[in-house]
Amino acid sequence: MFTKYEYGRIGEQCYREKLDNGLSLVVVPKKDFNRSLAFLSVNYGGADRRYKLNGQWIDTPSGVAHFLEHKAFELEGGEDAMTAMTKRGANVNAFTSSEMTAYHFDCIDGFFDNLETLIGFVTQPHFTEESVEREKGIIAQEIKMSEDDPDHVVYYGLLRGLFKKHPIKDPVVGTAESISEITAELLRSCHSSFYVPSNMTLVTVGDRDPIEVRDRAERLFSKNYSEAPAREAYKEKQEPAKKLVSSDMEVSERLFLAGAKTKSNLKGEEAVRFNLTAALSLNALLSEASPLYSELYSEGLVNETFSYDFESANGVSFFSFGGEAERAEEVVDRVIKEAERLSGGIDRAYFARRKKAAAGDELRALNSFDNLAYNLALGAAGGYDYFNAASIMKDISEEDVCGFLKTWLTPERLTLSVINRKER
Amino acid sequence: MVVLLRSYSYDIMRGVRLKCVSTRKFKTGAVSVSLVCPLDKKTAAMNAVLPYVLRRGTASHPDMLSIEAYLDELYGARLEPVLRKRGEAQCIGFYADFIDEAFAEKNVRIIEKTVDLMAEMLLMPAVAGGRLRRDYVETEKDNLIADIKAELNDRRSYASGKLIEKMCDKERYSVPKLGRLKEAEKITVATLTKHYRELLPKVAIEIFYCGSADPDRVARAVKTGFRSLPRGEIAPFTANEIIYSPRGPVREFSEELDLTQSRLAMGYRVGEAMRRPNQAALMTANAMLGGVPTSRLFMNVREKQSLCYYVSSGLDRHKGVLLISSGVDEEKLGAAREEIERQIALLKNGEFEDWELEAAKKSIVTAYLSVCDSQPALESVYLDFGLSGLDIAPEDVAALAEEVSREDVLEVFRGIELDAVFTLKKGGSEDVH
Repeated sequence: MFTKYEYGRIGEQCYREKLDNGLSLVVVPKKDFNRSLAFLSVNYGGADRRYKLNGQWIDTPSGVAHFLEHKAFELEGGEDAMTAMTKRGANVNAFTSSEMTAYHFDCIDGFFDNLETLIGFVTQPHFTEESVEREKGIIAQEIKMSEDDPDHVVYYGLLRGLFKKHPIKDPVVGTAESISEITAELLRSCHSSFYVPSNMTLVTVGDRDPIEVRDRAERLFSKNYSEAPAREAYKEKQEPAKKLVSSDMEVSERLFLAGAKTKSNLKGEEAVRFNLTAALSLNALLSEASPLYSELYSEGLVNETFSYDFESANGVSFFSFGGEAERAEEVVDRVIKEAERLSGGIDRAYFARRKKAAAGDELRALNSFDNLAYNLALGAAGGYDYFNAASIMKDISEEDVCGFLKTWLTPERLTLSVINRKER
Repeated sequence: MVVLLRSYSYDIMRGVRLKCVSTRKFKTGAVSVSLVCPLDKKTAAMNAVLPYVLRRGTASHPDMLSIEAYLDELYGARLEPVLRKRGEAQCIGFYADFIDEAFAEKNVRIIEKTVDLMAEMLLMPAVAGGRLRRDYVETEKDNLIADIKAELNDRRSYASGKLIEKMCDKERYSVPKLGRLKEAEKITVATLTKHYRELLPKVAIEIFYCGSADPDRVARAVKTGFRSLPRGEIAPFTANEIIYSPRGPVREFSEELDLTQSRLAMGYRVGEAMRRPNQAALMTANAMLGGVPTSRLFMNVREKQSLCYYVSSGLDRHKGVLLISSGVDEEKLGAAREEIERQIALLKNGEFEDWELEAAKKSIVTAYLSVCDSQPALESVYLDFGLSGLDIAPEDVAALAEEVSREDVLEVFRGIELDAVFTLKKGGSEDVH
């Protein structure tokens, strides 16, 4: 059933349905906006490397999902879907994360034509052996470029420190060696296994008729139901693989990112609750409004590049914080001490106003179509409703936050990744 | 069907204008204040650091923690320093957004409170002995110096920045947004305080609001909040110095850095088309050349010939400078540049197809109608309009783009001339010069 859901408190509504072929459909009407956006996500990303096909476990090189994303745009006869849609005035793009490949466009008019093109090129591959070989050069360039990017290097340094074998530690784009192993045949096999409606979500946002979106979706996807392969569930120890990962680059300031693994294999609302608890805990500890940040900033130990994040993907979760800091080790020590202090009890008024601000942030995030679509798609794949996040956050207490900091933010769990300055 | 936004203009006081865009479609309201300073190498670093120093504390909220606590009570309103270079104007100020009052308790008056806080930041900073606080100035000066040095980290924008610096060495435009290192290092509490006090009475100020509130209410809030703003002779915003053609042969510059991929930056003068600028034609021509995935450069240099990883063109409409930026393997630098120049020569000759023009026009139409769906985009575009003295709406630009003809873009292409090229090449770090 194509069902309408209302969220009066945040002024949103949406329609949802799981079609017979297994496709998750989410339609968000937005009055008075010129743009419309469609976001088609495949629950298959860079870390989905080992899976079971016809009773056999298969290992694939790193970079396959991302490679497939590049080649999906190829249309029959060698034309490119991006070009075709850009000609109509649409903005088209795609990205691959460790757990998702997403194709999306936004446009002012011609929405349904573009939707047809989008669903068409994502579900029907047209690449050839030759075009796959040609693409290797382009992707090799992308890999090289990412290797020049200090943020990328410090991030994957942290992940290699945290995880021993989980493929989330390897760059989604792959490496020069790994992509050399990729063939058209492998890409086709991954496509036919994972690009099935039951493993996909279509989210649209904008002032378009929801019924028509639903009817088009039903018509444009295959009618068949089939399930995507099961993926390896990696077991990781709670302690990090390495405590310190460092490299040298020509950067203007020493750069660091520290972090720790948190809970794994959470599902549905339980996962949302944990994610929100993590976000609020890090917020109370490290946000710009926190006493610690104010001290570190005033002392010049950190600058405005300092930030923190919590990520949950592929059955694992971890938090990280970092930025430019010559005395990174000292910053990490101060964070640990402050976490210890807060886990003993958080000032009630401070926590209440941080929560009030976080509720404001959640509301502000609803302005962005891209953010809405991404989070609704993640929710559809993960079995929860993003629009309910705000009401779940209300129930998170000081005790939850103290508990999070006490359990997860401890010296033995932390890994430090640094980029040291190499003199020119 | 395009939904038109209503907008209202107010002259708040001498040299202070307010633009209000009225709409209920966002969850938030947004306010910005921009001090339009002439870009100048003597003051650029001081201007760049100023909003960051002012953001640290005010008379009634003397430190970051008390400001943040106040913003938390306004449902996590955000108020951030903003620094932009638009042509030869350096715009400094603040951007704030906050939840729409429909989602808050009754009578919180978030707009008035945010405008008051912003005005206090600008007019009544935390002081010690009549000067800006030493600790705030020192930390923010260090941060500015770190930011200037950090420009090196982003190789792409570093190459573009270097090109502008070299190509426009005799123009104010060469001054980077953050100012120069040498000037940043010279900042002291005394010089910055003096500069701040001299700046306020003479600077032109653009204020922007977008949200659901009655524009008259916003105008009252702004008038009240800024009532103590000193106003003297307002320095008229100096027009951009337009260079219609390069001084001589193409100038070549290069630098070596430890990187895996070379960067190529090519700077053009838009030239004759800047005499009576047709904004829509300029933007369409840029889109056609290198602004969208159907552009000449993207389709040919990258897609067909695989000469680079990325290539795009950008246009400063205020200054009339067009910049092409590309990431290239070192051995392909020559071929990539040749192909870029060849494509431009073809465009100058009118050798392009109708679909290319149509695609470029559509991209501008889409971009400007999409602006209406985003508060930060509206803010930015209205600042541009204000600086150009244009009393138009984004929807008008979209409509004008629909009208752009083959002859219009051809006129733009014919005028553009290559002035300087900057290459960032791979060099071993052991390679000390």
